[in-house]
Formats: sequence, structure tokens, C-alpha cells
Amino acid sequence: MTDTDGAARRRSVLAVVPPARPRKLAKVPFVELADGRLQGVVSSGSDIERVYVSSVTAGSHAYHCSTNNNRPCGGLRGAPCKHLESLADEAVLQYGVDRVARYLRVDAGEGTQTGVELLSRLDARHEPTSAAVVFSRFLRHLAYLELPASTTVLPELHWFPSTGAGR
Amino acid sequence: MLGTQLAQLRDGTPTGLTDADDVVAGFDDALLRGFARVGEQDAAALTALADAVVGTPLGERVAEAVGKVTAGSVGQEHLAALAGARSALLGAAHDALLDQLDTALGRHRAPWTPTGAAGDPSPARAAARSWLHETALAGWRGIDHELLSAVGTPVEAALAEPQSRRLAVLLDGFAAELRAGLPVATMAQVPVRRWADLWSRAVLLAQDGPAPVPAIERVTGRLLPLGVDVHEHETAVQVQLHAILEPADGTPPRLVRVTVGAAKVATIGGPAVWRLLSAYPALLTAIAQRRALTVTDLPAQDGDLHWVDGQAQVGEPADPFATARVLLGTATATALPPLDRHPVAIAEPVLLEGYTVHDDAAAIDLDGHRLAVALDRLPAGGPLTPALVAASSTCLGLIRWDDGRWLLQPLAVQATVKRRPVEAHNGDWADGVTDPKVAKAESRAGDAVAVLRERAGRLLRR
Repeated sequence: MTDTDGAARRRSVLAVVPPARPRKLAKVPFVELADGRLQGVVSSGSDIERVYVSSVTAGSHAYHCSTNNNRPCGGLRGAPCKHLESLADEAVLQYGVDRVARYLRVDAGEGTQTGVELLSRLDARHEPTSAAVVFSRFLRHLAYLELPASTTVLPELHWFPSTGAGR
Repeated sequence: MLGTQLAQLRDGTPTGLTDADDVVAGFDDALLRGFARVGEQDAAALTALADAVVGTPLGERVAEAVGKVTAGSVGQEHLAALAGARSALLGAAHDALLDQLDTALGRHRAPWTPTGAAGDPSPARAAARSWLHETALAGWRGIDHELLSAVGTPVEAALAEPQSRRLAVLLDGFAAELRAGLPVATMAQVPVRRWADLWSRAVLLAQDGPAPVPAIERVTGRLLPLGVDVHEHETAVQVQLHAILEPADGTPPRLVRVTVGAAKVATIGGPAVWRLLSAYPALLTAIAQRRALTVTDLPAQDGDLHWVDGQAQVGEPADPFATARVLLGTATATALPPLDRHPVAIAEPVLLEGYTVHDDAAAIDLDGHRLAVALDRLPAGGPLTPALVAASSTCLGLIRWDDGRWLLQPLAVQATVKRRPVEAHNGDWADGVTDPKVAKAESRAGDAVAVLRERAGRLLRR
């Protein structure tokens, strides 16, 4: 391994996580690569009160989609539903195709550009999982916006400069 | 800043800096492999760390900790000792480098005033200590999804305790990076220095040590903005205004910082972050319009003014370049609290004029003396771009240190574009984007804050 000899070795400040790329949030308010899954929340197209919780597991590529009350999505008929497709597309917009492919452990291959194309490269199978974990992470995510602004100095943020001017 | 001052920086590398850096690098490599089973090479690196603090108050505890780690029975208190030793070395490096910089600039620095009392034990800090312990045992290469999901408990607990905000924000940003790096074994380059920095600082913040105390003095006077430094990770944004305070009591001008911040989510970025700071309208207006502020009876500590927007009044226009030309040379700076000292914390405002730009703005040249430019510190929420830096000849910036070299982080530039003079400051968009092209792109992407607040309103309070 040569990974300790590179240019990053003695640098304190470098962008390890590229900033999320801007995307419209109306359809898919929440996407993340966490807990070993690509997971997120997709707003229902017909009912403003309803959301779908969709996920694809890294490695095994098991997928699932249900309402936040664990009612299975009617669109799952032996293949990923349109919510999973939206989730994958928005994940690729937010993180870039390479990062999503690396996390899911799939070979993106040449020319793969959208999440739907990436999904088609998975040897995916349906496997029900509980929506609760993902949904509670979404609620926690939203809760960040409820925290009041603060004048507490956070010296640790000198390790995290804002970056990406002129993107 | 003058060319001769740059030469002083280049030639006056503090004695012992390279040795300290090597010792720290050895420790950082050990943390890559983890403390569950320590090999011969890492044991030697840890011993070198203990040797580096022999004869200091840390000496005995660190020697004991190294013995325990190499014997394979490391406890939380031992990790605290190791993180303490590493931080002491880098704190000393900070002091030596800043002293070199102050000497070159002729900047006077007021000493730090000790404060703080023992804090109450906190469940959040205990949870953080336990997570940091497991992380150190695993090493970066041994980190898995399960361990990273477990950080949720300390982060959530720390976010709920206002006095643990620093710890919460640090752990959250750190864990997001580790998550993005998984699996670490296939990462092209593991940022070992950076992650050991973040881990060590988190270990120190997770101790039930001295708690922050209320500010120790009150200041009244005229505040003249120099420029803003913007910090940001997925769930936090912080804006730090560097400014000069002219105290009303006639004491000499002081170099101060005003810091405001907010929690956010990854999908809120770029100029949208300013909207999260709408609780501070006077500050944002002064930043955006480059105006002075009159502050009354504002709490202050260690060069930080604790912002109370209602105690500030926006005043007359004040050109930051003029402020820097007239006052930066004589304003007094303040030393940081010892536990905050690390080379990364060096952020000294300077003004550079009449330089030439080289290597696609990656370096400037002043009277034959080179200084690297930290182009990766130009925030997405402001108008400064590498192209503007490349076209500039005057720059207000922060002097920083990383990876063995001094860097210039631009906060504002005066440049010539298409034979016309232009000026751009990091904070120009504090009150709204002023560039029509960027504003259009912003409105196309939609208001992320509004969409998420709508979702929160519908789903959160059930």
C-alpha cells in the first residue's frame, strides 16, 4: 500500500467530501449514502401527506420501497419502482455517479450517467426492510433546520473551509 | 505585507518543527492501522511521541499510556493522554509559527487570559469518548458501516447540550468524511493527518474538563470589517468576520473576530447558506454593503466578540482595503486559548499589494518572493473565483499554514477584468446574490430551505 505516502499525508485541510451538488428537492427531499445503503425519502406524486422510503443496500444490492408506515410500494413488481429510480437519479445528481457506484460497490462502467442506468447495472433483488430507520434519519435531518442559529465559536470548523467557488 | 516579510517567513522555519511534524506523522500512521494490535513500527512511533513530552507535566501519563497501548489494553484515559501529547506538540508548532509570523508582520499579540471551571459530567461526552475509543481500536482501515452508524448517539446527545455544540459539530463532520471514505482500504489516499487531527480534537472536547465560561469583558466602539472566512460541512456553516475594533475608550485598535453559525443539511449550500443567518441582519448588512458597525457593550473574550445583533448599529461605508491600509499594521491581536492551538487555527489578516500572479493563481510573487494561494478556500457562497484571483493585484486575505508551507487565503481582491477595475469580497452576497447569472441559477434550483421546512412542518411534529 502506498496510501500513506501521497500528497494528502501531512495535510490538515483537504476536501475529503466534495460539497453536495445543487439539485431540486421537491421530488426527493432526502438522499444519503449511510448505514451501508443508498437510502432516502421520495415525496408521493399524488398525496402531499405521504412519502415513500426507498433503499438499495451496498454490496448485496437488495432494494426496497415502502411508505413510512411500512406499507409496501405498489410499484415493486420484480423490479425497482419509480421511487427507487428517482432516488438513484437524485443521488447521482447530488454525489456524482462515481461516488454512488463506489459506495454501492458496483462497476459503473463507461457511459453510465444517470441513476436509472446505474440501477440497471445492479444484480438487484427485492428484500423487505423496515422503513423506520431511514425515516427516523430523515426526521433527524429535518431537525437540523429547527436548531437555532448560534454565536458559539466553533474553532474546529477551521478544518472545514467552504470551498467550490465558481462551480 | 512586504516582500521582505515573505522572505522572513520562508527563511525562518522554527527550530524543531520538522522533528515535531515527524513524530506526529508516526502517530497518525498508527491510527490508520488502529490500536487493537500495535505492530513494532507503530509501537516505536508511539514511544517517540512519549519521548517528545518527557519532562513536561504530560510526560508520565503519556509514557504509561504508550505502555498500555502497546500491551494491547488501551483505556479511554490512555487515549486522552495520547491525544493530549499530540495536541501539545501541534500547539507548540502553532505557537512557534505564529511567533514567526507576528515577528515578520510586527504584530503585537495580547496574551491569553486563563478562564474556565470544571464542567459537570455530560452523557453526551461519555458517549463520544466511548465511540472515539472504538474508532481508535479499529483504526481508519477497520472502520465499518456499523461503527459509523453508532456515532448517531453521541452526535444527537451533544447537539441537545448547548455546551457540547463544538463536539457535536466536529463529530458530525468527521463521521460524514469517514462514511464517504468507506471502504477505507480502497481509498486512493487516506488523509491520515487530517483524520488524526479531528480525532484528537474530539477526544479533548469529549473530556469533562474545564467548561466555557461567560465572556470576561464588555466592549463598545466602532467595528471596521476586513473580510469574512466561511466554514462549512454537511450539517454546519460558520461565518467568521475579521474586523478591527476601535474601542470608544480610546485604547488602541484591536484585531477581533465575530462568529455566527447555523446548522444545515448537505443539500443547502452555496449562497443559500447566508439565508440561515437571517437572525443577524445588522451584521449581514454591514458585511454585504461594506459598512462600519457601532457596537455597544458587546461581550468579548480572546479576540472574539460574542455577537448580539440588537447591540450593533450599521454605520457609514467603510472600505475594508482602506481599513487594512490604515489600521492593520498597528492593531493588537489576541492569543488563542491553549487547547485551540493547532497550525490549522492560524488565520492572520494581511494585505498584499502590487504582486504578480503565477501558475493559474496557485501562487503570487511579491518582489521576487513567492506565496502559495489556497484556492480551495474560496467559498461557493461568494463572488471570489480563481479567475478573479488570477486577475488581481491587491488582496486582503488570511495567512495560513498547512503541510509545511505558508498559504494565502483570499478574502477580497481588487482586480482588473477587461481593463476595468473590479472588486470582490467573500461576503458580498450576505444580503442576497448580486451577480444576475448566479442569482438566476439559484432560483432555477429552487429554495432548498423552503422545501425542507415545508416537509419538516408536515412530517416532524407527529
